[in-house]
Amino acid sequence: MLADVNQRAHVQVLGPELEQNALVDLPRVRSVGIIWWRILSFVLVFGAWEVAGRAPVSLAFPPFSAVAAALVGLTLDGELLRAYSDTLPPLLIGISLVSIGGVAAGIAMGLLRPVEWLFYPLLVVMQTAPMAAIIPLITQFYGVGAAAKVLAVVIVSMPLVVLNSYKGIRDTSTSLLEMCRSFMGSKWQEITKIILPSASAMIFAGLRLSISGGFIGIVLAELLITPTGIGDVISYNSSISHYAEMYAAIVSIVLLATFTLTLLQRLERRLFGAVPTFGQ
Amino acid sequence: MDADPIVKVRDVSMRYENGTHALNAVTLDIPKGNLVTLLGPSGCGKTSLLKIIAGLLKPSSGEIRINDRVTHAPGPDRALVFQDFALMPWANMMRNVAFGLELRGVPRAERHRIAQKYISEVGLTGFEEKYPHELSGGMRQRAGLARALAVNADVLMMDEPFSSVDEQMRRKLQEDLLALLRVEKKTVIFVTHSIEEAVYLSDRIVLLSRHPGRVMRIVDTGIDHNAAPEDIRRDPRYLDTVDDIWTSLKGYLN
Repeated sequence: MLADVNQRAHVQVLGPELEQNALVDLPRVRSVGIIWWRILSFVLVFGAWEVAGRAPVSLAFPPFSAVAAALVGLTLDGELLRAYSDTLPPLLIGISLVSIGGVAAGIAMGLLRPVEWLFYPLLVVMQTAPMAAIIPLITQFYGVGAAAKVLAVVIVSMPLVVLNSYKGIRDTSTSLLEMCRSFMGSKWQEITKIILPSASAMIFAGLRLSISGGFIGIVLAELLITPTGIGDVISYNSSISHYAEMYAAIVSIVLLATFTLTLLQRLERRLFGAVPTFGQ
Repeated sequence: MDADPIVKVRDVSMRYENGTHALNAVTLDIPKGNLVTLLGPSGCGKTSLLKIIAGLLKPSSGEIRINDRVTHAPGPDRALVFQDFALMPWANMMRNVAFGLELRGVPRAERHRIAQKYISEVGLTGFEEKYPHELSGGMRQRAGLARALAVNADVLMMDEPFSSVDEQMRRKLQEDLLALLRVEKKTVIFVTHSIEEAVYLSDRIVLLSRHPGRVMRIVDTGIDHNAAPEDIRRDPRYLDTVDDIWTSLKGYLN
């Protein structure tokens, strides 16, 4: 009997459905068109800016061409490089702390009830509180040095990472957990093979948010507490009415933030490439 | 009452913490090699009963015996097929099918060899590298079935496995399941709310009533499942049993 089963087992008993998924190749075809729409959107925005700047709306609103020229000027004379050598280290340190500590805390909250009770209310308050109001307080404890900047970055971006990681862990499909248990997976296997992979997209989304949060934190700190780095370039040029330079500094940090986030998104797609969305 | 029941449900009651009384003193025998269906309206506790037998839920009282051993936890003797397929969206079909073996520490090459055999049995050869979102509903459930077969459990437990695919695909999957069971001699516990599906597939049907779930009737269909699909659906026993069960259940729908 058994031998018979094994012999016949290789015979194909079921037939596959013939529906193939046509969606797979679509994005590539479409992306060519999307690029032109994007370029058009930039042309429209910068064009409108140029026109408005020349109108002029206000003396403090330079046209796009003047800002672009100022950006080149600031880059060439090393001003931007000097500023970013003050701005980026505390930002990087802050983001690293948040990425490691925040993800770990979020995962712990998702897995352990007591940790959840301990941190959850605090985080919700942190997330809803207007951080700009709290940042000046940092000076009272940490002065105006790099530590204060790091703290500002951490305060703004920490809740985003922790709450996202926590939600990612909690949103694990119960049916996948039951599946793992029913095939006799251990608790450790359940965490490493089901919970963490299923939460990874949310965790990554949290990291992405934390980087934009980090940029907000660092600029706020440099504008409000320690006039150094790119924040100083912005406020200094504003105070001496060099508006083109001020805008150029703002544009530079916007570009940097966008570039960093795009890079992270690329990395994310590399890592989880084949799967568009988790959960469903 | 049967010579060789592989699963014995003894006096199982289930009361949830929220006060829902899902099952009341259910006693059942599942004969080895049979396909037994738990059938009843929603709220009759059929899925609860299946999860209790699977070891995923602890009953408030009563016990489950598999091969005459009391069990409280999932074991290698049982494998589940899920209503929503429960495939990992981040893993391709091959890894999903081999996942039960992966959890048991079977080496990669070995588990892929075993999984490949069942992938071909359920007719998914060529789709091993595809991810669940690239497969149709029917194909996903075939993968779920292959995963359950791959761990070579004696008892296959299927929780409304075909309820999330369309009607034509459902009929195809039912026919294919019967064909597959002729090759893989398994005991199957099947949960459904479809009378036709239950009668078409089952050797024995357990009718459950609701609030709380109790065994209302046990029907042995007497249908020869080796017959051709159209012969089964035209068999007078098939038609009579469908009518008979409908008459029994009708009274509970108000």
